[in-house]
Amino acid sequence: MGALSIRKVRKSYGSTEILKGIDLEIADGEFLILVGPSGCGKSTLLSMIAGLDSITSGDIHIAGRRVNDLSPKDRDIAMVFQSYALYPSMTVRENISFGLEIRKVPVAEREAAVKRVAQILQIEHLLDRRPSQLSGGQRQRVAMGRAIARDPALFLFDEPLSNLDAKLRVEMRTEIKLLHQRLGTTIVYVTHDQIEAMTLGDKIAVMKLGEVQQFGTPREIYDNPANLFVAGFMGSPSMNFISARVDEMGSGYGLALENNGERFVFPAVNANGEMKNWLGKEIVFGIRPEQITQVGEGATNGHVVRQALKIDITEPTGPDTLVLAHVNGAKLTCRVHPSFAVAPGEKMPLQFDLSKSVYFDPATEQRIL
Amino acid sequence: MASRHLTLGRIVLYAVLAYCVLYYLLPLTVMLFNSIKPLDDLKAGNVMSFPRSVTFAPWVKAWNTACTGVQCEGMKGYFWNSVSFVVPAVLISTLVGAFNGYVLTMWRFRGSNALFMALMLGCFIPFQSILLPMARTLGALGISQSVAGLIFVHVVYGIAFTTLFFRNYYVTLPEELVKAARIDGAGFMRIFHRIILPLSGPIIVVTVIWQFTQIWNDFLFGVVFSSGDSQPITVALNNLVNTSTGVKEYNVDMAAAVIAALPTLFVYVVAGKYFVRGLTAGAVKG
Amino acid sequence: MAMSQPVARERAGLMDMVESALPKIVLAPTFAICVVFFYGYIIWTAVLSMTPSRMLPNYEFVGLERYVELFSNDRWWLALKNLAIFGSLFIFLCLAMGLFLAILLDQKIRAEGAIRSVFLYPMALSFIVTGTAWKWILDPSIGLEKVIHDLGWTAFSFNWIKDPDMAIYTVVIAGIWQSSGFVMALFLAGLRGIDDSIIKAALVDGAPMPTIYRRIILPSLRPVFFSSFMILAHIAIKSFDLVMALTGGGPGFATDLPATFMYAFSFTRNQIGLGAASSIIMLMIVVSVVVPFMYSELRRSDRG
Repeated sequence: MGALSIRKVRKSYGSTEILKGIDLEIADGEFLILVGPSGCGKSTLLSMIAGLDSITSGDIHIAGRRVNDLSPKDRDIAMVFQSYALYPSMTVRENISFGLEIRKVPVAEREAAVKRVAQILQIEHLLDRRPSQLSGGQRQRVAMGRAIARDPALFLFDEPLSNLDAKLRVEMRTEIKLLHQRLGTTIVYVTHDQIEAMTLGDKIAVMKLGEVQQFGTPREIYDNPANLFVAGFMGSPSMNFISARVDEMGSGYGLALENNGERFVFPAVNANGEMKNWLGKEIVFGIRPEQITQVGEGATNGHVVRQALKIDITEPTGPDTLVLAHVNGAKLTCRVHPSFAVAPGEKMPLQFDLSKSVYFDPATEQRIL
Repeated sequence: MASRHLTLGRIVLYAVLAYCVLYYLLPLTVMLFNSIKPLDDLKAGNVMSFPRSVTFAPWVKAWNTACTGVQCEGMKGYFWNSVSFVVPAVLISTLVGAFNGYVLTMWRFRGSNALFMALMLGCFIPFQSILLPMARTLGALGISQSVAGLIFVHVVYGIAFTTLFFRNYYVTLPEELVKAARIDGAGFMRIFHRIILPLSGPIIVVTVIWQFTQIWNDFLFGVVFSSGDSQPITVALNNLVNTSTGVKEYNVDMAAAVIAALPTLFVYVVAGKYFVRGLTAGAVKG
Repeated sequence: MAMSQPVARERAGLMDMVESALPKIVLAPTFAICVVFFYGYIIWTAVLSMTPSRMLPNYEFVGLERYVELFSNDRWWLALKNLAIFGSLFIFLCLAMGLFLAILLDQKIRAEGAIRSVFLYPMALSFIVTGTAWKWILDPSIGLEKVIHDLGWTAFSFNWIKDPDMAIYTVVIAGIWQSSGFVMALFLAGLRGIDDSIIKAALVDGAPMPTIYRRIILPSLRPVFFSSFMILAHIAIKSFDLVMALTGGGPGFATDLPATFMYAFSFTRNQIGLGAASSIIMLMIVVSVVVPFMYSELRRSDRG
């Protein structure tokens, strides 16, 4: 039994089903990310873990206890909200110690807790201010301080960084990670930002339309997406998807591709026996932009092929340049070093690392191989 | 839009405004001037003539000895009558409205919105359609011609407005405040006391001022549900002004009218902007 | 590790159940009030209106007999006619006056706050006070007529308040004085809420101010027109205090309104069945104004 156990949880509002059966389990001290587009149900699930929303069916266990019928205050949890939800009429100090005050913790202990928390988050100089006098980043810290002070079994974060500007967001992300390393408490973190998901989580649950599409470590999710949605959602710029026909190629299989009128075939690397069911049919071939680079040194082994493509658009980002070509009618984004990028309209020799290519069934969108 | 320089347009504008201002100030000035004129002065002149001599006797008489029907004890008793039911009625209806608004925005449940809509009817009922049953009920409860009865009636029919005000105000507060407090362990009452109430200053002022004005100025409930010693000042004023016995002492009548108007006028002068907020707050959502 | 050990239990306790019922408990009295004193009483009054009750209730059911009696009563018809005259003039002129004053005040006037307070203070007064003050101003022997006489124009006559045919118009005058400031406040808020950039765009397009007012500003004030209309209609239908103070319903019954009629018959003439019938008619008039408005408001907010 882990720190958090979600079993067959469903949620309906009237006749609308928001969560269609969620099963997740994480161990003590793990950092779980719930990520997905808006409307996928991640915030609802978080609300239900917190006890703010009722559970239609299924069970939620926190630290071994079944909490379905418990109110939030009895679940030993703390939550950080997107809008921070700091109490406007109280000082920072009072905000942080409010929860302790309610639990009748003696004054001396409360003060010690506030001091400890303020030190960790570096907000000692803000303790006597009101929320309206704080900046966004400071409010964020106070909100976290309020959660930490209670030393709960589980932290819940509901898109805490969404209201911050881009630079601050990156800073706070690192702080949250450091905090987790330091405190070791179990965390459930909701976000729609897949970069936050990748950088912060020990385990990620990618959600869509009330279901968990895939649950695993960031590496698993990134390298081995279970379906088209997960593959396309995680990673920025997102994975390229090309619809291609499976042909025979030598002793294995190949994918029929075309660019600017020129046809060529890539070997279907990692293909196993499954592929023979698809001979002659169209599948979706997935390859990430960073796996397509300028031609470099290094042997061309079975997993690396070279092909020149006509480039239609270039997007310099600073550290790289993204060049866009069209293959089989679909957009192909390639990440090359800026000094190698050609001008739009020209042909550029590119190197494809096919060792991580993935294939999907175009109808079911599930991963084939 | 219009330029700030003194063009003909601006002059006309200010002239028109000045004229309107005079028109609006007219009744008040009439009452004030004529309340300090000796009676012959008044009879000789007209309501708008300047006092030729000034006397405060009408005020003393209005307060102490003016005749309202059978009794001749002035407005003072009725003034304190009004105070004695207005204050409790305002406090109770405001308190109930605050709790109602709190529940309707932060602790919604199935049917709570329907209840709110049904309650809003209370802002529109012509009170004539409940006078008769209420008269019977008050009689049955034994509080029929009394101050307690007036408190009861004003609370019952004030709750619709106070709930509307508080609900429209609390709806602008973020729900996450309450969620955060629940996770911190606070319950229903503690959240209200420690979090919502401290944020309620402006709406409490608006509601209290609105209720005070409505209830102090009410005549209908006063004339139907009270009599004799328990009457509010509005009823007493009307009686005073309409007594047909003896000489019409207009100056005393005017003084009495000003006395009746003073509390709400005072509140208006001191806290007028909240009064306006109340008007627009109540009106904007019907 | 945890500083304050939470109670390690899994079942909701008794206190929890009370706590979760608390919102409903809090609303319960108001719910009861609503059911009994709003809807219940209206039904009771409607029942009374279908009985032959005179001084005391008598619950014999006689159908619409009282209503027939009501609509055969000349005084009632006069009251309805007065309501129509008073209501329409009151609403129309309050809207016009309120809009006019709001437009004036929107022109960046110095001392705008003070002037606004002057237009609004009448709302703080009781209708009784207002009625009393205007009663003297309109009284021929000491009021306006006398003022003009004293200034020399002895031929001037303004005795509307004593004239059965014209008295109702005095009620209009006093009513407008009291309520137009309120309408002005609403229109002023509405005017201030209009996006400046739309006006600027129109000016750049070359439109003259009157056209801008007509084609852009007034249409965007539509919601305010509707809210004000509804509130003014409500005030007009309920008008009781003002008439009692200003004219006492007179001369004779010349300024009777449904509200004064109801009071007279219910409490002075001891015909509560008839009084109840008249109040139900009043309710129906209010409903017929308010319901279409609310309906269109709800429709608009659904679409919007």
